[in-house]
Amino acid sequence: MGRLFAVVVTLIALASATIFALHIWWLPPDISTHGARIDRQLNETMVVAGVLFVLGQLALAFFVWRFSTREGGPPRPSRAFPGGPTPLVVLATVLVGVEILVLTFVGSKVWADVYQTPPAPGALQIEVVGEQFAFYFRYAGADGKFGAMHPELMNDATQNFFGLDPANDTTARDDIVVGSLVIPVNQPVVLRLHAKDVNHSFYVPELRIQQDFVPGMVIPLHFTATKPGKYELVCTQLCGLGHYNMRAYVEVKTRPEFDQWLKERAAEL
Amino acid sequence: MAQGKGGRAVTHGAATGHAPAQSFLRRHVFSVDHKVIGRQYLDLALVAVVTGMVLSWIMRLHLGWPETPVPGLGKLAPTGAAGGVITPEFYLALMTMHGTIMVFFVLTTAPFAGFGNFFLPIHVGAEDMAFPRINMTSFWVTLAAFLVLVSAFFVGDGPPLSGWTAYAPLSAVGKDAGPGQGVGQTLWAVSIAMFCVAQLLGSLNFIATTLDLRTRGMSLARLPFATWAWFITSVIGLVAFAVLMPACILLILDRVAGTSFFIPAGLVISDRLQPHAGGSPLLWQHLFWFFGHPEVYIAILPGFGIVSQILPVFARKPLLGPRVFIVCLIAIAFLSYTVWGHHMFLSGMNPVSATLFSVPTLVITIPATIICLLWIGTLYGARLRFTTAALFALGFVSVFVSGGISGFFLAQPSTDIYLHGTYFVVAHFHFVMGVAAMFGIFAGTYFWFPKMFGRMMNETLGKWHFWLTFIGVYCVFMPMHYLGLAGNVRRYSAFTDDYLQPLIPLHRFITIAALFTGAVQLIFLFNLIRSRLRGPVAPANPWEATTLEWSTSSPPPHDNFGGHPPVVTHGPNEFGGVGPQDYVMQAEPR
Amino acid sequence: MSTTMVPPVLTPRSVATADRGPERRVAETGVWIAIGTISMSFAALTSALVVRQSSGADWQHLHLPALLYVNTLVLLFSSVTLELSRRRLGSFGLHATLMLGILFLAGQGLAWRQLAAQNLHLATGPSSAFFYVFTVLHALHVLGGLGGLGLVERRLAAGVLSRTTFKAAALYWHFMAVLWLYLLALLTIRG
Repeated sequence: MGRLFAVVVTLIALASATIFALHIWWLPPDISTHGARIDRQLNETMVVAGVLFVLGQLALAFFVWRFSTREGGPPRPSRAFPGGPTPLVVLATVLVGVEILVLTFVGSKVWADVYQTPPAPGALQIEVVGEQFAFYFRYAGADGKFGAMHPELMNDATQNFFGLDPANDTTARDDIVVGSLVIPVNQPVVLRLHAKDVNHSFYVPELRIQQDFVPGMVIPLHFTATKPGKYELVCTQLCGLGHYNMRAYVEVKTRPEFDQWLKERAAEL
Repeated sequence: MAQGKGGRAVTHGAATGHAPAQSFLRRHVFSVDHKVIGRQYLDLALVAVVTGMVLSWIMRLHLGWPETPVPGLGKLAPTGAAGGVITPEFYLALMTMHGTIMVFFVLTTAPFAGFGNFFLPIHVGAEDMAFPRINMTSFWVTLAAFLVLVSAFFVGDGPPLSGWTAYAPLSAVGKDAGPGQGVGQTLWAVSIAMFCVAQLLGSLNFIATTLDLRTRGMSLARLPFATWAWFITSVIGLVAFAVLMPACILLILDRVAGTSFFIPAGLVISDRLQPHAGGSPLLWQHLFWFFGHPEVYIAILPGFGIVSQILPVFARKPLLGPRVFIVCLIAIAFLSYTVWGHHMFLSGMNPVSATLFSVPTLVITIPATIICLLWIGTLYGARLRFTTAALFALGFVSVFVSGGISGFFLAQPSTDIYLHGTYFVVAHFHFVMGVAAMFGIFAGTYFWFPKMFGRMMNETLGKWHFWLTFIGVYCVFMPMHYLGLAGNVRRYSAFTDDYLQPLIPLHRFITIAALFTGAVQLIFLFNLIRSRLRGPVAPANPWEATTLEWSTSSPPPHDNFGGHPPVVTHGPNEFGGVGPQDYVMQAEPR
Repeated sequence: MSTTMVPPVLTPRSVATADRGPERRVAETGVWIAIGTISMSFAALTSALVVRQSSGADWQHLHLPALLYVNTLVLLFSSVTLELSRRRLGSFGLHATLMLGILFLAGQGLAWRQLAAQNLHLATGPSSAFFYVFTVLHALHVLGGLGGLGLVERRLAAGVLSRTTFKAAALYWHFMAVLWLYLLALLTIRG
């Protein structure tokens, strides 16, 4: 029974670790300027975790194998772990402690770069509203100003997703509201996230970015996309029955394509 | 003549003030005997875990095959699953109830209220808990809370769909927010508030009994490891549940009394401007997680204690580093209050606090690692006997290592950016709670069943149960890490996004593994029932263990020690040596 | 079954004998634990108040009815009478405490009605919401304390009251006063 346990644990540990190591299921390629450092942090953590995982399971397996009673074997006294608990306490504290220091030191910078730095000057500003169960995006239009949002005017039926009042608010007249997040490549973008009803979240795996929408708060989020293409933006904060279906597309276009697109949208107003 | 602490003569039953009851109702239903109450808690947890597991099967079936009707479900749930096909809102309702039932009525109930109630007084050498009537009350309030929760299935438009975390304002604005968010959510909040009260009363008993009712010679240092774990868990619970209860009260007020604790101004839900203003959704998250993180330690610490109690018995050697173990438990308890923000890195709270929270979150790994190493170190030089209880204790070490390590990724804000809200999180908490804590419950069951019921469980069935479950849970939950790394978002009732399509085969694999592992639990249920009725009679100390429950009969008499409170002369950890008597019991005469 | 010691009792006008046996001491431990947990609940509500105050711009300071200060004196006086009863003077002080406790609750009820008459209800605004939450929860705990004192009174009358049970109930009652003073200060300064 002890051998069976050891074999099973070993197999499980090696099989799981191998699947991780082979990246059979893995992150999609990163298309952001800050993503490489997140990926590096993840990979380093994966190595540390993998080593600890495999070593821990193998140690368990080995000791169970080695120290089972054998039927009919000579009786023997049990033996205490050499040095008592002290070597293990020291090992755990030093090993884990050092790892924590390293991971925190590097990781906190990675984190701060995304969430504690201001966006680059000249970043393209886009307003986002998250509602049950869709995302909508607003560009400032030719005047470069966003019209004020009035919750009491929000109306999905008339497609007034941002609660704008163009009749009385001149700055709102040229605001462009669309259902996809269209951005130019290599251009810093800063989003301002508004929640219309409940908590939502903004998640684009390729962009390595995620941020909750919180009702009552306007939350900035900035990033730069590095590769043209069409990516999915999905909601990751449970918001009701349509949560699974709450998605939009992020279309990263080349600069000329983006300018063209923006011109076309402005012309439609 | 009965001897109490300090040699003072005490009235038989004076600690408890109750003699053995006479009527059936008072002996088996409304009993103040901690052993009956412990069994009642375990029975409740059994009903709860079966319910929670069935809910998870239905969820997994839907995730693997969303369009396929589930046989029979259409009749049971004509609104939620017309024709047997589950609506998105019904899926979320099942998910909410699954989480709530499992976390509260299984993981907080079985290893803590269940085994703790039965064994803590015996472990300290007392006749009963300090406050037997309060103890009885706490069980019935727990049961009432469970019934209130389950009633949400049958009233209004069904159970809430906001998850066991019930984030505001989704949970706070009322029925505008969607199906189940009417009376179902209010029932949820009421049930949880009741549960908090019951837990606080329970903690009261555990702490007072441990501090004041220890028998002669039972110093704190000689307490069994499970008792230490229950004691420390009670202290954690005292603070944690004391915070959740007012939070639930405030939530109920927001829902029914028009207050705005958690609801800001200007919310438009279902085209209606909500008449609330000024509240903070983050306030709910802070209050909830200030409870919620210690809660997960409440769920696992009893398992730590049970494993530390069981391993030495079947290794035939003392636990390595018993004092270190206790210090680590205390360190974990203390640190558990400093880490709650790691559930909220991306919540919109000040990003600086993310780094502040992540440090203690990582530091808490140190005592947890030490404990795992102490267990593995205990195996060094051991003479292992492989009973089912031993296998589940060893399996606990394996699955806890697996679950704990995935925490490394979630404890760091930088990696949490990607993994938050994905199946990686689901994998992590299921491993540590749904698997490790369950293994602790299984280990405790196989270990203590003979003592509780006077009969042995069947070892062959037990071993089949262990092996199939051990392999099964790895097949269910290890792949969820891979799903998370691929960005698979959690709490989705279906996978319609383009990038999720290639992951559906893996979901189907998980579903099949989950159904298989669930079916395996029938072996356990069968073993439980058959052993109760026809198991071989159990001796007083079938495992040759040392703690006080093994020095009394199986099952123990009404006052636990037959009128002779034990005098303790040894610690719980005296194993070793060669020959037939390789252990010393705690109440061994010197 | 064997009984070897008659539990010591408090009779009116008698000096209680010591009974520090474990089976009585649990009452005191239990009350200390309860004090800890109740404090934690009110601490959670305090932090909720602080957060709520800073999160919304709609906090209107609530002027506490003067009646509350009268009620405070009533509650404090009831603690005095309780201690007097405990330390020698027996059942009269205990009756007085119970009456004063009921008077306190009645006074709180009156204060709530005064506020309601000024159109300050639970949902009127955050400051009134917290006021009602704090004072109602406190009143409910006081009601529990009255129940405990009622038990003490019954046992005293039956001649089976132990000193430690009395002490435990008294400890809880005094805590109600301490808690009330804290809430009064909180609501005055930050309400």
